[in-house]
Amino acid sequence: MEEQTAQGQDWQAAVHQVLREAGISVVAYVPDGGHRRLIDLCAADTAMRMVPLTTEAEGPCVLSGAWLGGGRGVLLMQSSGLGNCINNFGLLKAGQFPFLTLITVRGSWGEANPWMLYMGRNTRPLLELADFHAYEVNHAEEAAPTVAAAAQMVFSCCSGAGVLLTQRLTGAKRFEA
Amino acid sequence: MTADTKTRRGLDRREVVKKILAGNDEVLAIGGLGNAGYDLVAARGEHPLNFTIHGAGMGGAPAMGLGLAVVQPGRRVVVVLGDGDMLMGVGSLATIVAQRPANLAVVVMDNESYQETGAQATATRFGVDIAGMAAAAGFPVAIRLDDRTQIDEAVDKVLNAPGPVLVNVKISDAPVPQMPKVRDGVLMKLKFRERLAVD
Repeated sequence: MEEQTAQGQDWQAAVHQVLREAGISVVAYVPDGGHRRLIDLCAADTAMRMVPLTTEAEGPCVLSGAWLGGGRGVLLMQSSGLGNCINNFGLLKAGQFPFLTLITVRGSWGEANPWMLYMGRNTRPLLELADFHAYEVNHAEEAAPTVAAAAQMVFSCCSGAGVLLTQRLTGAKRFEA
Repeated sequence: MTADTKTRRGLDRREVVKKILAGNDEVLAIGGLGNAGYDLVAARGEHPLNFTIHGAGMGGAPAMGLGLAVVQPGRRVVVVLGDGDMLMGVGSLATIVAQRPANLAVVVMDNESYQETGAQATATRFGVDIAGMAAAAGFPVAIRLDDRTQIDEAVDKVLNAPGPVLVNVKISDAPVPQMPKVRDGVLMKLKFRERLAVD
């Protein structure tokens, strides 16, 4: 198994259920190991349209287009992808489009790859610089309620929020020494 | 438009977009940066089903059109954007093909220039073929339009062919006038959603 599972509870199934209940019909993503099970659950859900992206930069644009047409979307990505999105946050701001993203934070708890540290360290500051809410999740039982609260706020207030799924939750990727 | 020997000859962008949108109240239109937004307004005014991107979001118009197309499969979605804008978001050609949205058309206004910033050359001036890239990505309809007698046929494909469709229009690089344009993204969003009755 590529990822070391830090916590056994099936929090991804609970998060998938929350996304269903929030009316999410578009799941845009660039895959990450920490999102693997959630991606599989969403892909198996006929109410959700999976939109794999070439770059996370497309995410805010796809979700804004979906909102224009009456749909609700979520962006799944890892922390590296946040950097790719930033210019397109200007579109979210100019149109006050809702923006819900679930970010697996590489370069967090227990990271063994120094190349991941920069964006891992800067994920929360960059979200806050954009005046989006950032909710960190370290424990399995917190994941679904946090996503539910973020979705409620994002779609009711046309605001932005990132749920940061740390490696304390997802487990750090293992490397050969 | 008067002939100008200093400019490359090409089609009139306003004429092409007018043929796509004038009098067409059903199409959902996304405009990219620069002149593309004015193209939409010149064709059908400040229509509630126009949404135009200004500045932030360069490269994002095709992805925005894709998001709209997948949630509104019964409506035609037309994205109009410049060649520099398309090149910045060129990866979205692959993203679009992976979804196979039959109702999406991308119309690239290719003057081989970043005209807004002083007409510096884009890669298309050196032979990069946007329609060829779309065809290679798997767009079932990907055509280069550079002949005025073929505009009607291309417009028919933009509006009716099973997509995704990409038409790369070789246009004149002669400057075209700006015009008053709503730049308030919230206003455009609310009018768009109100017309679609999705609020």
